[in-house]
Amino acid sequence: MFPAGSLIFFTAASGTGYGLVFLTIGADCIGLLAPAAALPAAGVGGGLALATAGLLASLAHLGHPRRAWRAFGQWRSSWLSREGVFAVACYGPAAAWLGVSLDADAPVAHALGGLTMACCLATVYCTAMIYASLKAVHAWHTPLVPCATLALALTGGAVVLTLLSHALGGPVLAASAASWVAAALGALAKALYWRRQARARGPSTAESATGLGGLGRVRQWAAPHGPDAWLLKEMGYRVAREKAALLRPLAALAGFVAPAALLAAALAVPGAGALALAALAVVSTGAGLAVERWLFFAEARHAATLYYGRT
Amino acid sequence: MTALPRGGPGKKLGLVVDLDICVGCHACAVSCKAWNGAGGGAPPADSDPYGENPSGVWFNRVHGYEVVDERGEAQVVHFPRSCLHCDDAPCVTVCPTGASYKRAEDGIVLVDPDTCIGCKLCAWACPYGAREFDEDAGVMTKCTLCVDRIYNENLPPERRVPACVAACPTGARSFGDLGDPESGVSRLVAERGGVALMPEQGCAPVNCYLPPRAKDRDAAEEGDRGLRPAVENAAAALARWAGRLIAR
Repeated sequence: MFPAGSLIFFTAASGTGYGLVFLTIGADCIGLLAPAAALPAAGVGGGLALATAGLLASLAHLGHPRRAWRAFGQWRSSWLSREGVFAVACYGPAAAWLGVSLDADAPVAHALGGLTMACCLATVYCTAMIYASLKAVHAWHTPLVPCATLALALTGGAVVLTLLSHALGGPVLAASAASWVAAALGALAKALYWRRQARARGPSTAESATGLGGLGRVRQWAAPHGPDAWLLKEMGYRVAREKAALLRPLAALAGFVAPAALLAAALAVPGAGALALAALAVVSTGAGLAVERWLFFAEARHAATLYYGRT
Repeated sequence: MTALPRGGPGKKLGLVVDLDICVGCHACAVSCKAWNGAGGGAPPADSDPYGENPSGVWFNRVHGYEVVDERGEAQVVHFPRSCLHCDDAPCVTVCPTGASYKRAEDGIVLVDPDTCIGCKLCAWACPYGAREFDEDAGVMTKCTLCVDRIYNENLPPERRVPACVAACPTGARSFGDLGDPESGVSRLVAERGGVALMPEQGCAPVNCYLPPRAKDRDAAEEGDRGLRPAVENAAAALARWAGRLIAR
C-alpha cells in the first residue's frame, strides 16, 4: 500500500497527542501532578494541539477536504466515521476538565477526566480498526494492529509527558516508568506483528482471484494497463526486502530503545542536561513512529495485486 | 446510508462473463470508457492520453492469464475484471459519508460523486481492485452496471443492457438478475458451473465467471497433435506441391 505522508504524520502525531492527553489526565486523577501546577494545562493543551495538527494533516489525504464534515454521518458502520466522531468528542470534555481540574478531588473533575480519557482511547482504537477491519489487506487484518497502535500512542504520549515533567517539575520518575512500560509493550506488539507478516500468507491466491484454480496454476502474461495507473500506484506499492530489513530495526531502535535509554540517562543528569536528553527522546520517538508508520503501509500487500501476478 | 440493504425484493442485477469464449479484444473496456465519458457526468479522468505513458480511470480491465495444468500444458485465458456488485460489499460499509451505497431495489453498488470526500477507503476495502480514484475530480469511481442505460426509456429495449454487454463481439458477457434462479443468467451459471471470485474474502460477489470448457485439452489428449491435411486425395497433393513450388 502507498505510504501517504499525510496519513503517516496523522497517525504518529494524533496518536501521540491522544496518548499525552490520556496520560496527563490519568496522572492528575491519581494525584501525581499536584506539585506541578502548569503540567495539566501543558499536557492536555499540547496533546490536543498535536492531535489537531494530525487531524488537519489527514485532510490532505482527501480528494475533497471541504466535504470532510460529511464523514461524521456513518458511525454505525464505518470505523473512519467513528474515529471522526470520537476525535471531535474529545475537545469538549478535555476543555471542561481543564476548567475544573484545579480542584482535583471534585467528582465532576473525575467524571470529565474519565470521559476525556475514554474518548482518547476510543479515537486511537477506531484509527487502528480502520486498517484492522480490512480483510483485503491481510497484513493489517489482525488484533495486533489495534494493540500496536494503542501501545505506540501511549509510548509517544508518555515520552512527551516525561519531557514536560522535566521542564515543569512533574513526576519525572513515574512518567519515565510509564514510557518504559509503553515502549516495551509497543516493541512486543510490533515484533509479533512483523513475525506474523513474515509467516502468514493471506487466504487468497491468483487461482482463487481468477476462479481458474481448477484448471491449474495461474500466471499473468498480459497486464491490462501500464504501471502508472492509480490502482497499482496505490495498492501495488513495493518496498525492497533489503530496505525493509534495514528499516525495521531502525524503527525499533529510534521508537523504543533509544527513548527508553535517553529517559533513563535523563534521570541521572541534573538540570538542563536532563531536559536536553528528554527532548532528544521525544525527537527519537517521533522519528521511530514515522518509520514504523511508513513500513506499516509500504509492506502491506493488497489482495487486488494478485490480479497483477503479485504474491 | 452505508449499511447494506436487507430484506429487499431480492433482485441482484449483475454480469456473467464466459471465459471460454472471451477473446480479450478489450471492446467491453473501450465501450465502457466511451459510454461513461459521453454521458451526463464528467468523463473518467485520463492523464497523458496521447503521450508516451497514458493512464486513466477505467471501470473494466482485461487481463491475460496463462494457466498451466498438472501435465505442464498451458492455455491462455482472457479475463475482464470489473465491479462484482457484491452482496456483502465491504466498500459500502467502510464509507464514512454514505456516498458509497448499494441499491435495495436491484443490488447495484454506486458512488454519489457529490458527497464522496475522496478518502479512498472503499478502494482499500475492495479485494477485487474494482474501484479507481479519479485524481482530476477527487472522487472514487466504479462500474455503475450502466444504470443510466438499463432503465433508460429513451433507448430501444434491446439496447437497455450495460455498454460492455452490448459491445462484446463474441457474446461472452450476459446481463440479468442473478437473484432469480429461473433467469437466463442464473441458468447459465448453473449449467456451466459458474464460479465466484475470491469467495474466501466473504464479499458474496453477484457477478459470476464461467471457467473455460475442458474441450481443447481433451481433444489434444486423444492422439496426434500435429496438423493434418483436411482433405487427402490427388488434387490436394497436387495443390500442396504447387504451393511449395511457388513458395520457393
